[in-house]
Amino acid sequence: MPSIVTANRLRDGVVVFLTANGSWSEDISEARVAADKSETATLEADGQISLDDQSVVSLYPMDVAIEGGKPRPISVREKIRAAHDITF
Amino acid sequence: MYRYDNFDRQFLSDRNAEFRDQVARRLAGDLTEDEFKPLRLMNGLYLQLHAYMLRVAIPYGVLSPKQLRRLAEVARRWDRGFGHWTTRQNIQFNWIELVDTPDILDSLADVDMHALQTSGNCIRNVTADPLAGAAADEIEDPRVWAEILRQWSTLHPEFSFLPRKFKFAITGALEDRAAVLFHDIGLRIVAGPGGSRGFQVFVGGGQGRTPYVGQEIRGFLDQRHLLSYVEAILRVYNLHGRRDNIYKARIKILVNALGIDAFRQEVDAEWERIRDSVTDLPDSEVRRIRAHFSPPELPQRGQQADVFAGRRESDPAFARWVRTNVVAHKKADYAIVTVAFKEPGRAPGDVTADEMETVADLAERFSADELRVTYQQNLVLPHVARADLIALYDALGGVGLADGSQDTITDIIACPGLDYCNLANARSIPVALAITERFKDTKRVDEIGPLRLNISGCINACGHHHAGHIGILGVDKKGTEHYQITLGGSGADDAAVGSILGRSFPAEEVPDAIEKIVDTYMDLRRNGESFLMTQRRLGNAPFKEALYGTR
Repeated sequence: MPSIVTANRLRDGVVVFLTANGSWSEDISEARVAADKSETATLEADGQISLDDQSVVSLYPMDVAIEGGKPRPISVREKIRAAHDITF
Repeated sequence: MYRYDNFDRQFLSDRNAEFRDQVARRLAGDLTEDEFKPLRLMNGLYLQLHAYMLRVAIPYGVLSPKQLRRLAEVARRWDRGFGHWTTRQNIQFNWIELVDTPDILDSLADVDMHALQTSGNCIRNVTADPLAGAAADEIEDPRVWAEILRQWSTLHPEFSFLPRKFKFAITGALEDRAAVLFHDIGLRIVAGPGGSRGFQVFVGGGQGRTPYVGQEIRGFLDQRHLLSYVEAILRVYNLHGRRDNIYKARIKILVNALGIDAFRQEVDAEWERIRDSVTDLPDSEVRRIRAHFSPPELPQRGQQADVFAGRRESDPAFARWVRTNVVAHKKADYAIVTVAFKEPGRAPGDVTADEMETVADLAERFSADELRVTYQQNLVLPHVARADLIALYDALGGVGLADGSQDTITDIIACPGLDYCNLANARSIPVALAITERFKDTKRVDEIGPLRLNISGCINACGHHHAGHIGILGVDKKGTEHYQITLGGSGADDAAVGSILGRSFPAEEVPDAIEKIVDTYMDLRRNGESFLMTQRRLGNAPFKEALYGTR
């Protein structure tokens, strides 16, 4: 299953996603997608750089669906996180 | 209420300066998250789904109007303009930035507030009867002892790194409105021989993954020994509580593993060793703290019975509000009023900055400058002259806060759930909103009568689902949100853990399921029987049949 790497930004806690150029975006559609386990491991290793420089916290990989070529969250939890808002 | 002295203010100022430095070092990368996390948690700062969450302590639920206005300012300046009353009488802000936290804590300290020990494996904010100092059935004001426990437990060196968090609740009234039986230590002030006062002490209650009703460890503890006795309990727990397994680390597990008699023996042995040491406070210190809780001067006001009766006659919504949200005060011409934050469309317990300021004004105008937060996520104005009830009701109605729902099916306790919380498996608030919408006909709600419905978004049970007459627990069933229903719980004097009805329901089916349960009760109840009485008489069987058929 395709996956991406997500975290929370240290200074404000906002949900962010690791992009292709190694920066972090609040927009999940800009996330870099790993196609398999070994690519996911590479992504996590890239994310680790930001953990080490203390710009993000709580980093983990998450499964995504690909719609129109863009990653989309699958679980309710990740849909809520990616929306940056409450659902009611 | 307790007023800080210079020592208290200096202590808080030093503590905030220390945390400001810790935040700066974290932002500079000098502290790792592993190093920083326990430090921020001890200052009430969590990292949740969307942002940091700051849980501000409201010791035993007591607030002044000035403090409430400051909470409004925090909501407006550093959050999104609202806060959330918690199920332990605190307030949470959901959209906080780490960089702002030191300024927020300084701002709170200006009005003698803090976020200390609202998280972490320490003694948490002590909760108490929200009607303390006002209730007609009160033996003694428990806030005095809650404050003593607060001071004793704040940064207590021995009890700051317990196996797990530790919660006290205390009541001084005949009726338990503090859920003392669902706390690690529950205290009831009781009368003893020769006009003496003591505590009935319960231990090992709690909700969460393994819910237990607390057990009596001591029927009568002389008040002067409170600190040495609870210290003995905490010490036995600290030594023997399981640190190897987070799910088995609470004192309730230890008490139930040893058995209450063996646990009591351990505590008594330790207490014997320390009871005449310096731990217990001298009478002079108890008197000093007691003086902070002198009853307010409440002038004779009369009741204006004719005007009051006329309004009740002509205005059913007012009559309903009086019936559900107004209870007896110690003084006959005064009353205690609950301001409910539960009307249709509101996330249970959410409160806007504007509403905080309005209620602060009303507390000054009508309630001797006093306010309380309840664990049911409402506010209480504890000293309202009966002659002012109409004016207060009209003022509350003007800002949409005159909902007469207390202890009915729409007075739902709900945790923030998956909309905010990192631990949640499912959303709580949308389910609460759907049920409130389904039961928006107040006539029907009145016919149903007292019914406590509580919702938690995960097994940690912050929404007290185990103690709901109807409890709803959110679970993750193969990636979708499902809800398990329990019946028969109570957090009151008849405390009990609810029992599971059967298979869980997806969110959209929950209102129908609740309606079937309520209809079954309405069909089967005998004269005057509440939902809980009917459920206890008949058990779960008829409700199970209504929901799942006879299979």
